Amino acid sequence: MADPVLDLRGLCKSFGALRATEDVSLTLRAGEIHALIGPNGAGKSTLMALISGKTRPDAGTVWLEGQEITALSVPQRARAGLGRSFQVSSLIPGYSALRNVMLALQARQGHSYRFLRPVMRDAALRAEARAHLDRVGLGPRASVEAAVLSHGERRLLEIAMALALRPKCFLFDEPMAGLGASGTAELIPFLRALKADAPILLVEHDMDAVFQLADRISVLVTGRIIATGGAAEIRANAQVRAVYLGEDG
Amino acid sequence: MDNTRKEWLLNAVLAGALLGVPLWAWLANEPFIVTLATRIAILAIAGVGLNIALGLGGMVSFGHALYLGIGGYVAGIAAHHAFSGMPVLGLAGTNQMLPIWAMAMLLSGIVAGIVGALSLRTSGIFFIMITLAFAQMGFFFALSWPAYGGEDGLPIFLRNQFPGLNTARPWEFFLLAYSVLLLVLAAFALIRAARFGAALMAIRQNPDRAAAIGISPFGIKLVGFVLSGMITGLAGAMMADLTRFVSPAMMAWTMSGELIVIIILGGVGRLFGPVAGAAILVGFEVFFGGVSEHWKLWLGLVLLAVVLFARGGLIGLIAGRARHG
Repeated sequence: MADPVLDLRGLCKSFGALRATEDVSLTLRAGEIHALIGPNGAGKSTLMALISGKTRPDAGTVWLEGQEITALSVPQRARAGLGRSFQVSSLIPGYSALRNVMLALQARQGHSYRFLRPVMRDAALRAEARAHLDRVGLGPRASVEAAVLSHGERRLLEIAMALALRPKCFLFDEPMAGLGASGTAELIPFLRALKADAPILLVEHDMDAVFQLADRISVLVTGRIIATGGAAEIRANAQVRAVYLGEDG
Repeated sequence: MDNTRKEWLLNAVLAGALLGVPLWAWLANEPFIVTLATRIAILAIAGVGLNIALGLGGMVSFGHALYLGIGGYVAGIAAHHAFSGMPVLGLAGTNQMLPIWAMAMLLSGIVAGIVGALSLRTSGIFFIMITLAFAQMGFFFALSWPAYGGEDGLPIFLRNQFPGLNTARPWEFFLLAYSVLLLVLAAFALIRAARFGAALMAIRQNPDRAAAIGISPFGIKLVGFVLSGMITGLAGAMMADLTRFVSPAMMAWTMSGELIVIIILGGVGRLFGPVAGAAILVGFEVFFGGVSEHWKLWLGLVLLAVVLFARGGLIGLIAGRARHG
């Protein structure tokens, strides 16, 4: 089998006596959606921070397409090909939707130290940003400031910015949060199509969405991965049922 | 009329008034008013410099008087050595503004690079305090440097020269300062509209998001801080030539505060904010300073009103909120 796109090997992270991440190993293969689920406080956010580079592990390594990226900073990892969305929408509030995506494009091209040419008159940049907005259905809202977009639109804009990075893999942190039933129903086929662009590591609370989308699911409980497998396997796993799914009945 | 057009119209009015009033004063033989307008133009240049750091990058530097002072001392020391004929550090003194400005910007840029590299790892109140501490170091260094006047300061006997102009004439020196102001404003507008400005303003609003798409906040902010210090350093060299005197007071923390006040009164991050702010400050100094020595009390009340009720300063009050496309 080919190398995994994203490869976590034995990640550990403690905060004082709290072991937030304990020996987590996980792979994301080309073309798959790998969902990460777990009850509140299981350590999902810490694991996301370890992958994105915001937090450094006490032990273990992170690999992206065969390159070790453990020592890289957040912006370096983004340039290496990690495209993430945030659990709570994180945008440039004073910029229009279009300009948010243009900023991501500018970052991908690596040309932020340009002092003369007006960026908003860059037709090629505008056109590509517009295409990414159209793809998530935000085309008609291109000129609206991010601060006044609705909650659901902000979630979509996060995804459009991740698209603009053309990453090697996507990290989506609860993209369905607060979208409501219809929003989630629209996003599911979109994500299913998107995994052909790049594989997706999906942290999500919506179990129905996870079971519909995920090729593989890993269950994180108190910092450890207690099971990894297909939807049927996870549903049938007695340990998972006891600690996690059991809560929902 | 939309806000963008309103702002351009207001900018044109301000630029026109800053040229027209001293022109009238020159024709009416009122050199004092020409000198006031020159002071406004030079303070505005210093403000445009700070506006890059504070307005675009959100870096509240409470030590920009340091760069003003560095520029001032470059002009003073160069003129001093040109007068005495003694070289300084192997360089001959000069009374030419162009090499003085280049040296003022170079030195300010180097110092801003050092200060920025050390202080930009912090933010908020810590950043404010570290920039203040560096400026105070410069202040006390100048104070205890007897070779160049120490606390008495250093006079410039004859204003430095500029090719093709008689800088001793107030009107010609004003035109020079005004032209430099227009150039610096053009540079600010270019930087703000370019990719660099887009990155810098994005980092001010959400550094985590900028980092997550691959823009390193530290590098962009550091370059912004250096550009900011260089422009304020240029203003310092011109300020020294305006007053024909440079002293440690140019680096005092109150001067750093005045530069911030200029930006806040005029409009943070707005192109003509420093021009409006400098005009308000100098206007207060002249009109209320003539009535009472406590004129700063009234300035304080205006500042309070701006912070409470008109966060966008004068430009924001008239032209509304800024739009960044």
